[in-house]
Amino acid sequence: MLDAIQKRLLAEVADLHEVPEGAYHIRANGETSEKNTTANIDIISKQDVSGIDIHIKPGTKKESLHIPVVLSNSGIRETVYNDFYIGEDADVVIVAGCGIDNCGGQDSEHDGIHRFYVGKNAKVKYVEKHYGSGDGEGKRILNPGTELYLEEGSFMEMEMVQIKGVDSTDRKTTAKLAAGARLIVRERLMTHGSQQAYSSYEVELNGEGAGADIVSRSVAREDSYQKFDSRIIGNVPCSGHTECDAIIMDQARVLAVPQLEANHVDAALIHEAAIGKIAGEQLVKLMTLGLTETEAEEQIINGFLK
Amino acid sequence: MLELKNISFEVSEEISQKEIVRDISLTVEDHKFVVITGPNGSGKSTLAKLIAGIEKPTSGRIILDGVDITEMSITQRANLGVGFAFQQPVRFKGLEVLDLLRIASGRPLTAADACEYLVEVGLCARDYIRREVNASLSGGELKRIEIATLLARESKLSVFDEPEAGIDLWSFQNLIQVFERMRRKNQNGSIVIISHQERILNIADEIVVVADGHIADRGKKEQILPGLLGTSSARNLCAGNRE
Repeated sequence: MLDAIQKRLLAEVADLHEVPEGAYHIRANGETSEKNTTANIDIISKQDVSGIDIHIKPGTKKESLHIPVVLSNSGIRETVYNDFYIGEDADVVIVAGCGIDNCGGQDSEHDGIHRFYVGKNAKVKYVEKHYGSGDGEGKRILNPGTELYLEEGSFMEMEMVQIKGVDSTDRKTTAKLAAGARLIVRERLMTHGSQQAYSSYEVELNGEGAGADIVSRSVAREDSYQKFDSRIIGNVPCSGHTECDAIIMDQARVLAVPQLEANHVDAALIHEAAIGKIAGEQLVKLMTLGLTETEAEEQIINGFLK
Repeated sequence: MLELKNISFEVSEEISQKEIVRDISLTVEDHKFVVITGPNGSGKSTLAKLIAGIEKPTSGRIILDGVDITEMSITQRANLGVGFAFQQPVRFKGLEVLDLLRIASGRPLTAADACEYLVEVGLCARDYIRREVNASLSGGELKRIEIATLLARESKLSVFDEPEAGIDLWSFQNLIQVFERMRRKNQNGSIVIISHQERILNIADEIVVVADGHIADRGKKEQILPGLLGTSSARNLCAGNRE
């Protein structure tokens, strides 16, 4: 059974207050805590390493899968390999996420390596939230790795959120897209204190008509550091767009490195990057609507990261 | 009632002080619709910013309903009932029109309530309520949303800084109707508009002419407007007399 801290972490990372409906696998402090499969979604524990294989049958529609991870003991370090096999024509929502509560003196670290094999014409919405809490000296570290293999005509939308409490994160996402496949990534990140966040994307558009749209919005506060490294490679007639938009505050630092590589004359690739502080006139406008300067700042950041 | 008493505002230039507003005294009575006009650079917009607290006067006092607000912050003035519409409405990435209207009204406005404010400014509410207040909106749309936020605040005193700036002719026609309606419906508050458009001057109760930082003339519309027609203080946008 989950304790109160674990339940709170679960609510933060998966909006779950109770055990979810549909298929789920809850990993708590390095072990499978609870699990449920359905007729169409099977979850099998790996034998050689930590992690699970998830098989979603072709044609599965409107089903959801929750695979949250919670760490509430200090000093746990784990690497978990989860492989997702999503059948042709399936249409599913997958909610992952990791919450770490570290009140102890040792670092807690969860490195989740996710591989997605998305079948022809399948549609996946993937949500991954990271959250850290606890006032211990030990760091809360999350290093997710995501590999995506999108077959012809498939579609994947990823929502990646890390707003609070993770001391160090190094996120690597790679994707290979076949003809007509589309990938949308919406990343939202906020760092504070002395946190460090690295996020890199390498997307290969290998099939005609493939498309990718990678958008990151982030807020860097206090002494934190962020690096956003996004690379789209167009090998065929295709379209790609990457955007990094960051609000910088206090003594924070942000490095944005958008890269495009076109290996075909009809590869249409665009990148945009903007880093700047909150505009003074935005604060003034909200103050004329009755907010204090601090409240105005919060509203602007909340809206930006929404 | 708003009272400006001997308001002056100076800015420091490299070697000297430049006076933008010189010893202006002005009273805006409750329920009045007052238009402040004058040539470019006359200090009109600065006067509006001084009222809202965005700038602080070098000397003089600002009194709202008997309370001295001269030293108060923008936020304090807003909460006492001073509303201000920007000449160039501000864009926000991520904040939606509904968010802005909720902040403005200071209460948990329902989407239906918020829509009424948008309808009031001539926008088809359903199309706008969930739009982000970002660069995807045109100047005219932003302007109307800006006005809607002021309606939602239900301020005692609403100050509009050149509402006609940066909008097209078609939007301007609509804008006039919005102000006409506001004037008719206005029960409690007073309205101050900074403008040099003839059609806005034409719906004023009172006109104040500012030139070179001081009040050159003031009085009822009927007295002041005829003398302004054809000057840069009363432009006719529709006749193509634009800058």
